Amino acid sequence: MNKKSGNQTITFKEPVSILSCASVAGKKEGEGPLSKYFDKIMSDAEWGEETWEKTESKMQKTALSRAVEKAKVDLKDIDFLFAGDLLNQCTSSTFAFRGFGVPFLGVYGACSTMAETLGLASSMIDGGFAQKTAAVTSSHFCTAERQYRFPLEYGGQRPPTAQWTVTGSGAVVLGKSGGQGPFVTHFTAGKIVDAGISDANNMGAAMAPAAAETLVAHFKDTERTPDFYDLILTGDLGKIGKSIAIDLCGEQGFDLAPCYKDCGLMVFDLQKQDVHSGGSGCGCGAITLCGYVMDCFRAGKLKNVLFVGTGALLSPTSSMQGESIPCVAHAVALSANRE
Amino acid sequence: MNYSKQEYSDYSNKKSPDSPLLKDVLFAFLIGGAICTIGQGVSDVYEVIFRLDSESVKTATSITMVFLGALLTGLNVYHKIAKYAGAGTIVPITGFANAITSPAMEFRREGWILGLAAKMFVVAGPVIVYGISASIVLGLFYYLVQVL
Repeated sequence: MNKKSGNQTITFKEPVSILSCASVAGKKEGEGPLSKYFDKIMSDAEWGEETWEKTESKMQKTALSRAVEKAKVDLKDIDFLFAGDLLNQCTSSTFAFRGFGVPFLGVYGACSTMAETLGLASSMIDGGFAQKTAAVTSSHFCTAERQYRFPLEYGGQRPPTAQWTVTGSGAVVLGKSGGQGPFVTHFTAGKIVDAGISDANNMGAAMAPAAAETLVAHFKDTERTPDFYDLILTGDLGKIGKSIAIDLCGEQGFDLAPCYKDCGLMVFDLQKQDVHSGGSGCGCGAITLCGYVMDCFRAGKLKNVLFVGTGALLSPTSSMQGESIPCVAHAVALSANRE
Repeated sequence: MNYSKQEYSDYSNKKSPDSPLLKDVLFAFLIGGAICTIGQGVSDVYEVIFRLDSESVKTATSITMVFLGALLTGLNVYHKIAKYAGAGTIVPITGFANAITSPAMEFRREGWILGLAAKMFVVAGPVIVYGISASIVLGLFYYLVQVL
């Protein structure tokens, strides 16, 4: 039985059930428009830890523990755990789960990690290799800033195209198609697209072509059009990237505009919160998906959602060497119905 | 995507808003000017009240301004001013203090030696290297002019 549709999409024959989701959000995110959807809002950037790296691990631990609790399953019932983050060697994830005793598969997809881990964790279940899996990711403003940019106290100015790394972590527990759903129905794995942008302060413009490429591939592979979805949600393209993605998809005959939103523009209030072009980071898509989107599904406000995680695959070294930024986007289709 | 890299770069530049140049320059002038005025005030205090000689006034003023820059960095204030001031807070000597203090604070968690001490110059290091290099080149040039 061939489960692959078209060139790069997996169609899950038995849609995989999302048993539960949990989100942990930073203080600034907790003051934003989505605050009521988060499971936990941190009191400050440290959250009782000595280093921000430890804080980020604690966020992932808390998110997964909470998701497992909500799903009313035991940690040992999780057959495989997929997790990743932005830090070198993905230490937020590995250090978070070193005491959990769950088979662990680390994933690096930069800010596309939520969609990538969700797609992989769903594939494990659909393939018959697991009964229950989990997908977790996080980002933290302070850990990302110090790795990719300048010390926090350094007095520099950000250009208007810059985005603000979201402090947040999201966890999803998946199971065979029982439960209330929503269900994961398709996973479109993206290709790496490098449009030649090398400005690390303009991630939206760098990532938009990858998002458009995956969106168009998804529509072609599934023979769906954008209006099939109530909501098409990209991870962190921000103001500029979103506008470019609409243009690029439009040029290929797919009109996104009526149902298209970007998590980077939802997590923060751009007028009041001084985040320039919007939010970014693995946590941006993760907390929007695990908070807002899941809540809307449960309330019956959404039927079909296409979640597209967008990742810029640069490193501090590649930036310094003047390399352009390769990007990737992965799409996961979610449905309130099993069919 | 039907764009060459050059076409996409032109297109995305058009989509990306520019920094508000006039506002940035104005704030840099006002806040940078204010810092320099404070520096002049400090210098006058050393000269008039403490009656230091002119060399000592320069040294004492620099020390005071570096201290203030470092203090405001430590108090989590300097980068908030810099957000508006840009070059106005980078160019005066207080900016140099900020460039040294901020990584020192941030990398303290990686230890006193390989953290704080080694990373202290990560932002200001290039300024020191090229500052000294430029002064050597100019010094040689000055020497040659005098000899000839």
